[in-house]
Amino acid sequence: MAYVAVKGGERAIRNAHAWLAEERRGDPAVAELGLDQIREQLGRAIDRVMAEGSLYDPDLAALAIKQAQGDLIEAAFLLRAYRTTLPRFAHARPIDTASMRAARRISAIFKDLPGGQTLGPTYDYTHRLLDFELAENQPPPDAARARPDLSPIPRVPDILGREGLLEADGPVDAEPGDLTREPLSFPAGRDVRLQALARGDEGFLLAMGYSTQRGYGGSHPFAGEVRMGEVSVEIEPPELGFAIDIGDLTVTECQMVNQFKGSKTQLPQFTRGYGLVFGYSERKAMSMALVDRAMRAAELGEDITAPAQNPEFVLYHSDNIEATGFVEHLKLPHYVDFQSELQNVRRLREAVEQREAAE
Amino acid sequence: MKGYNFAYLDEQTKRMIRRALLKAVAIPGHQVPFGSREMPLPYGWGTGGIQVTASVLGPDDTLKVIDQGADDTTNAVSIRHFFARTAGVRTTTHTANATVIQTRHRIPEEKLAENQIIVYQVPQPEPLYRLEPSRVETKRMHALSDYGLMHVKLYEDVARLGQISISYDYPVMVNGRYLMSPSPIPAFDNPKMHRMPALQLFGAGREKRIYAIPPWTDVRSLDFEDHPFRPINAHQACGLCGALDTYKDEVITDDRGGRMFICSDTDHCEKRRSPEADKAA
Repeated sequence: MAYVAVKGGERAIRNAHAWLAEERRGDPAVAELGLDQIREQLGRAIDRVMAEGSLYDPDLAALAIKQAQGDLIEAAFLLRAYRTTLPRFAHARPIDTASMRAARRISAIFKDLPGGQTLGPTYDYTHRLLDFELAENQPPPDAARARPDLSPIPRVPDILGREGLLEADGPVDAEPGDLTREPLSFPAGRDVRLQALARGDEGFLLAMGYSTQRGYGGSHPFAGEVRMGEVSVEIEPPELGFAIDIGDLTVTECQMVNQFKGSKTQLPQFTRGYGLVFGYSERKAMSMALVDRAMRAAELGEDITAPAQNPEFVLYHSDNIEATGFVEHLKLPHYVDFQSELQNVRRLREAVEQREAAE
Repeated sequence: MKGYNFAYLDEQTKRMIRRALLKAVAIPGHQVPFGSREMPLPYGWGTGGIQVTASVLGPDDTLKVIDQGADDTTNAVSIRHFFARTAGVRTTTHTANATVIQTRHRIPEEKLAENQIIVYQVPQPEPLYRLEPSRVETKRMHALSDYGLMHVKLYEDVARLGQISISYDYPVMVNGRYLMSPSPIPAFDNPKMHRMPALQLFGAGREKRIYAIPPWTDVRSLDFEDHPFRPINAHQACGLCGALDTYKDEVITDDRGGRMFICSDTDHCEKRRSPEADKAA
């Protein structure tokens, strides 16, 4: 049989992508998904894609999810790739989560506290029994409504901080870093670490946070507070000299309260881990707070024994766009390198065989 | 509930769990691995306790479920509702009326009796995990009663802080043999475990371990002769019933430092406030 060189990559790619588009559409007899349906009915997927894609835009996230056939890492990748083309026209002021219009606010450390406990729309305390009525498109029962209370809700760290029982926020001495502009370098400041975690993969952070709970770098965490709701985004154009509101974001914030023994110079005091994520993503905000605290081990003079305490390990592996790219690049041709490995192994085997034959 | 067996689990699973429970009772404080099942509640929310309760519950039982000492905390409400729905058993908030009490983080203030079973929800059954994360290693340490590491940890606390600094999940020695996690109950509750007339069962669903303390078993909180075990509690009296000898929750009443202390055991507190109403119930 004559050798035929493998060619025609261009046509193969064209055909493969046409097949993909067909497969994405599925059975044409079934109605096509609208972006509004994805945005309204797959809200947690939208939130995850916006968080990991680092771009707050529910409509674009819906498009990305549709385009990626529900592959949320692929969708986050699409958002990231789009985000990078956008001009940066201003820097927002830090969002103020104390004045959040909170749909949910719970504390696991006080039974009651100013601002109260509000469960909000949560899967907590549902029994995970498949609801077959949902398959029949039944309308949901009416939810009771309370009059919205717009008074600010004090943050638990402020309550504990009053007695000096919780460490204060460190001083803000410089502009926060930005990983989308400057590459990661070590030692990485907490600002950059938190940015990386906020963009990081939910599953990775979950596993890292979980590992700290099982003895690999534990720090006695308590969920001081978890809150979710809308915050205003403000910018302060220099030509105006005052702040203007440019829109709202939904975010989830977690304040983890952790044990710390104190030292010769410091009274015993709780330490903090912090999580803040776009959208409604409590699992990620809590995991982020655990990992943030774990990575402060060196700063707090704790032994570094576990992966979650190693910022280099965590930060270089938390980004799922980087990770999926590199893991999957193994699919690319490696003919040349493999060929030289092949020759190498053959040569080594021959050498051993010759030696054995000579003996 | 239609389509489900009594108390959710199938009978074969319950039998498997009961075998693990019998072994656990026979070796007090020893962690028995078991084939923990997926439950319709998340891991860490009481799946171990729920499986143990499901396995010991009969149609004539009366169940009480508490979380943080209270019957009305969200997770307790959820679990009580789960058993009312799947087993149709009677439920109660009164400690004395219950035959089975499932608990997270507390032991009721009222003394339990021989005809009662208390089921603890356990997040982390391995008392040594903060000192040695590998379960292969800790299993060896338990086999050899090699608990020096824990004594050193307590000694280091004393050396650094002048006192043992564990305030909850305070390790205990059971029957003079096994070091055991009492689950994250406040150390205040530890003495209640010692020679308790009721059977104490512990279920850890995610970690797939069951352990037990038979009635009237010795349970000693680890300490030193010159640094005896000291339970921790707020020194204030309960703001509702005035009790001094109960464990208190701290409630923040405003953002200017206002606070009050109230009994964490809501049933006990209510009973103290209206003993007559309680008798009628």
